[in-house]
Amino acid sequence: MASLDSVETFVRTQREQIDASVEARGLVKTYRSGARIVRAVDGVDVSIARGETVALLGPNGAGKSTTIDLLLGLLEPDAGEASLFGGPPQEAVAAGRIGSMLQTGSLIRDLDVQELVEMMASVYPHPLCVEDTLRQARIEELADRRTQTLSGGETQRVRFALALVSDPDLLVLDEPTVGMDVEARRAFWTTMRQGAAHGRTVLFATHYMDEADTYADRAILMAHGKVVAAAPTTEIKGLVGTRTIRATLSDADDADLGALEGVLQMERHGDVVVLNCSDSDRAIRALLDHYPEARDIEIASAGLEDAFVLLTSDGNGAS
Amino acid sequence: MNPVYLRYELLRTFRNRRYVLFAILIPVALYFATAGPSRGESDLAGTGISAPLYFMVGLAAFGGMNAVVSIGGRIAAERSVGWTRQLRLTPLSTRGYFRAKVATAYALALVTLGVLYFSGSTLGVRLPAGEWLRMTGLILIGLVPFVALGIFLGHILTAESTGPAIGGITALFALLGGTWFPIQNGVMHDIAEALPSYWLVQASHVSLGGPGWTGLGWFVVAAWTVALGALAARAYRRDTQRI
Ligand SMILES: Nc1ncnc2c1ncn2[C@@H]1O[C@H](COP(=O)(O)OP(=O)(O)OP(=O)(O)O)[C@@H](O)[C@H]1O
Ligand SMILES: [Mg+2]
Repeated sequence: MASLDSVETFVRTQREQIDASVEARGLVKTYRSGARIVRAVDGVDVSIARGETVALLGPNGAGKSTTIDLLLGLLEPDAGEASLFGGPPQEAVAAGRIGSMLQTGSLIRDLDVQELVEMMASVYPHPLCVEDTLRQARIEELADRRTQTLSGGETQRVRFALALVSDPDLLVLDEPTVGMDVEARRAFWTTMRQGAAHGRTVLFATHYMDEADTYADRAILMAHGKVVAAAPTTEIKGLVGTRTIRATLSDADDADLGALEGVLQMERHGDVVVLNCSDSDRAIRALLDHYPEARDIEIASAGLEDAFVLLTSDGNGAS
Repeated sequence: MNPVYLRYELLRTFRNRRYVLFAILIPVALYFATAGPSRGESDLAGTGISAPLYFMVGLAAFGGMNAVVSIGGRIAAERSVGWTRQLRLTPLSTRGYFRAKVATAYALALVTLGVLYFSGSTLGVRLPAGEWLRMTGLILIGLVPFVALGIFLGHILTAESTGPAIGGITALFALLGGTWFPIQNGVMHDIAEALPSYWLVQASHVSLGGPGWTGLGWFVVAAWTVALGALAARAYRRDTQRI
């Protein structure tokens, strides 16, 4: 019996390793700054399946970049363990399976963009060709520019090209679209989608909620070095639990509106009333029963941004 | 060795005109300033070596040291823009990274040597081909500990501090090693003999028909290489944090 159990356990762990591209348990990293000890990452678990696109969210100083450093093996954790594709991060890096864009970083000077891309392509076992890389990152027009003459957003796009040049299985991007204009951001995400369609795993940190909302399958919310929520973005929005009903309704008593079934509180802006609901289905029926003259009705779920603020505000993640 | 990577590393080093020009022109200017006035001296301070040859090798030592230690400045600059951390996330091995850095350092040192040799010949330095080669060989070997020094400094200093640190350290090594005047006896000589820069300058002794370096010379250069190499390796391993 015991042997059968252990075989089962063995098979299960093997499976998990095959299915997971990023796996981390109990990561802890502390920094000493003067006499103060900062627990930058404080017991973080991360598990990302192959082909998933995951957003890493959290306020400044939440520990996102430190977590990324730990996952990539740039930093040794004080406790816990990180693995990529079932092995040590350094192994996946050495195999050329990782493409990355760290938060802080610029380019080396005195090379054209295409020369730099070719130089970096040469260190990988199965790189894309230079033209394909430039096309995917949509920087063909920058090919002949010296790196030191690029603007901030252009530099960022070249850094993205360098993350793509290895044709990686896992892309790890720390605030990749910072400094990009609207068009560059859109082009960036189009490329990311194509990559995801080919089974590429993506982990990206961002402060743009719309990026997480639109492009990520799942979000990991961090605050004070801890994960405060890790779920599909729709579920995270659901955690906040509320929806709002907005309607134009001039002559109605505010107190009566607030007392409707399923309504938590109401606000009035001139003729427009906004009802925060615990149960929007019952609230909308009650509203129409009592006030059939209500017009311009909109029902919206609370945004990811609302969820973010609620879940990461002080006192929520702090121990 | 990855030829594409090395080619671009060399290309971008030599494209940095100011860096290359200063690396070459300063030792050449100093050479004419010191050897020019005493060009007729055929036996400098009893060394048996002519002034143009002595200072040619002295400044080749200085210029070569500057060229290889200055890779530290380039490493620090790359670290300061986060490039080194980014490279650690590629399959490029530590060895591959340093090979390319060392190759560019030596390429620059060789160009400096070539220009100094040419300058020496304009002041009448004549040597048999075999002696030119042996002298060059000794200088290139004597530069090895300075390559390690450059890598070490590059990983412990910030980009802003490399200028004064590297300039000051090489100037001190050059002075104590005898670049500017022969150090032949006394306490200064005892100190000098323990320095790798002294043995760089001593490479000019091949013109006297001997092997150039004594056993002590080989030992000193090897010991500094091992010590600085260990420090450099340690500094590189520890240097993974954001700076
Ligand atoms: N080398 C260091 N020494 C001391 N403290 C550090 C160091 N690096 C990071 N920290 C601290 O660790 C915490 C987490 O930093 P981290 O960079 O991971 O945050 P982040 O979530 O990426 O923030 P941001 O959104 O601003 O990029 C911060 O409080 C930061 O000040
Ligand atoms: Mg960060």
